[in-house]
Amino acid sequence: MQHPSLASLQPGQHAVIRAIHAEEGLHQRLAALGFRVGKRIELVRRASFSGPLHVRIGSTDIILRQSEARRIQI
Amino acid sequence: MKRIALLGMPNTGKSTLFNRLTGASARVGNWPGITVDLMSAKILLGGHIAELVDLPGIYDLHGFSDDEQVVRHFLENNHVDLVLVVLNTSQIERQLSLPLQLRDLGLPMLLLLNMADEAKRGGVSVDLALMQQHLQIPVTLLSAKYGDGCQQALTLAAQTLEAKSAPGPEALREQLRPDDHIEQEMNAILHHAVQLPTQFTDHTTARIDRVLLHPWLGLPLFFGALYLLFQFIFTVGKPLQDGVAWLLGYLRGGLLEPLLSGAPPWLHGLLLDGIYNGVGTVAAFVPIIILFFLVMTLVEDSGYLSRAAFLMDALMAKMGMDGRGFVMLLMGFGCNVPALMGTRVMRSRPLRLLTMLVIPFSLCSARLQVFVFITAALFTAQQAPLVLFTLYLVSFAATFASALLFKGRFPNSEPFILELPPYRLPTPHQILMRAWHEASHFLRRATKFIIAGVVLVWALTHYPSDVPPASAYTFAGMIGSALAPMLNPIGIDGQLAIALIFGFVAKEIVIGSLAVIYGLQGDALMQLMAHKLDWVQAMSFMLFTLIYTPCLSTIATLRSEAKSSGFMWLSIAWSLLLAWLVSFAFYQTARLLGF
Repeated sequence: MQHPSLASLQPGQHAVIRAIHAEEGLHQRLAALGFRVGKRIELVRRASFSGPLHVRIGSTDIILRQSEARRIQI
Repeated sequence: MKRIALLGMPNTGKSTLFNRLTGASARVGNWPGITVDLMSAKILLGGHIAELVDLPGIYDLHGFSDDEQVVRHFLENNHVDLVLVVLNTSQIERQLSLPLQLRDLGLPMLLLLNMADEAKRGGVSVDLALMQQHLQIPVTLLSAKYGDGCQQALTLAAQTLEAKSAPGPEALREQLRPDDHIEQEMNAILHHAVQLPTQFTDHTTARIDRVLLHPWLGLPLFFGALYLLFQFIFTVGKPLQDGVAWLLGYLRGGLLEPLLSGAPPWLHGLLLDGIYNGVGTVAAFVPIIILFFLVMTLVEDSGYLSRAAFLMDALMAKMGMDGRGFVMLLMGFGCNVPALMGTRVMRSRPLRLLTMLVIPFSLCSARLQVFVFITAALFTAQQAPLVLFTLYLVSFAATFASALLFKGRFPNSEPFILELPPYRLPTPHQILMRAWHEASHFLRRATKFIIAGVVLVWALTHYPSDVPPASAYTFAGMIGSALAPMLNPIGIDGQLAIALIFGFVAKEIVIGSLAVIYGLQGDALMQLMAHKLDWVQAMSFMLFTLIYTPCLSTIATLRSEAKSSGFMWLSIAWSLLLAWLVSFAFYQTARLLGF
């Protein structure tokens, strides 16, 4: 991947979603929570021991694992 | 500095346009009159710096959804020099209402017909000149996605900004007064006549999260909170359970015994020792289930459960489960039954089954009673705490080992993506309804199964009728001797085997059954056991008791929650096998080492 993924953001950093690499089910799930290309996303915090990421899109807070975050290009 | 508001219906590409116009310079900020954060950015417009604000997508300027109120309150409290209204051109026939509503407010505006490329492909064509003439406002076509027409839109915006002056917030407030009036009346009615859960603002939520999800403080706070909830359930629950037991005993002694005194012994036994005790077994769980769900509803609906999942997910993911499973596992240390019911928050079936498979290994309070009694009989006061601690470690080990072993069989394909809802306080009504609903669910689903099981064990330990109950000559005793080739290698004799058969119903009755089997009670029973068993046998018996099927109620719950008898049998078979393997390994190693 030429672009960095959501998993590479530091807490407090913003980015714009460039692409989402996901199969149909995951794609729909992400879309329902507001993950869309062009949307701004903020990494709020990371859980200890390389646990999930806490991100914010608009006014929605979402947690997701790194494995899923790596599918979202920024 | 001039302020420009970007407005439009949802899904018109408004945010895409905002990103295109502002690049990466946007910031989130607070605004007077509203409680949600809005994005804004400085842009260069006709040689001046202007501020562009992205307002939430709305359908109706005079509507009453949260977003619609936000937009109105923003306009009433912030001076806006120009409104850019974004429409989806291919849906123009139902979106034109919004710019007309805005025009009536007298705000200078520019209509941007977005997705022009898509509309053209769909056969929609717009005569811009005619439209401008009718609307009396400038209109332009653009494509936010590809950037066509954006520059032209900015030029038009700069011209409109120069040409017209905007009415102030006071004038808008005057015009929007009827809507404000309806809002006030709505709020008044809702406030007085409707109970809604209190929801904290995003700002408060973010502040609470900073503490509760803190990198170092988060986990200690989580364990502290769980400990307190746990303490609450079981300090309040114990007297309630005792009360239920007392009431049932009182009913039996005062009413049922005299009533059935004339009945033949088999009927007397079946009704009282079989069915009535079965009812008692079920009833004993009701207070705990109600309390558990009072607390669980509070944790779940307040929004903390998702936070707990965030904190514990790193560990649980390695075992094929997710963070929510950890909360249920810990609750299982109080009682497995509500913990199993609590797994309903998980949507993925394999994930739920895996969690339900490992919960029964949590050392629940009923098993603790057995262990406290036996350690008191066979170990010194110095050794006893160490023995109990070891049993807790074995409980954790059995949980982790089972999860690791079975995670391949229950592959969880569902991605772990959870919304963190704002914190809210659930209403008392909501909490009580949930507790009541869960308790009645348990009663409906489990009662028949549990009573049948209790009657079966009663029959096994009381028949044939011409021998002493629970002796080696009953059916249970015969099963015990039949199993001797399997139980001898783990140091469990025929009498302990009968106790294990009783233990299948509920661990609370294991000590009681030992009293019947040995014909002694209390201290005398302890002395006899200390005399008859050595510590290796006792430890092996406790390990087996810890790991094998916790109780009939757990089994009944497992079956009704999984909606699968096959899964129930898998759980029974695996726990029996694991219990035997662990006891065997312990007993034989200890004997080999000369103990």
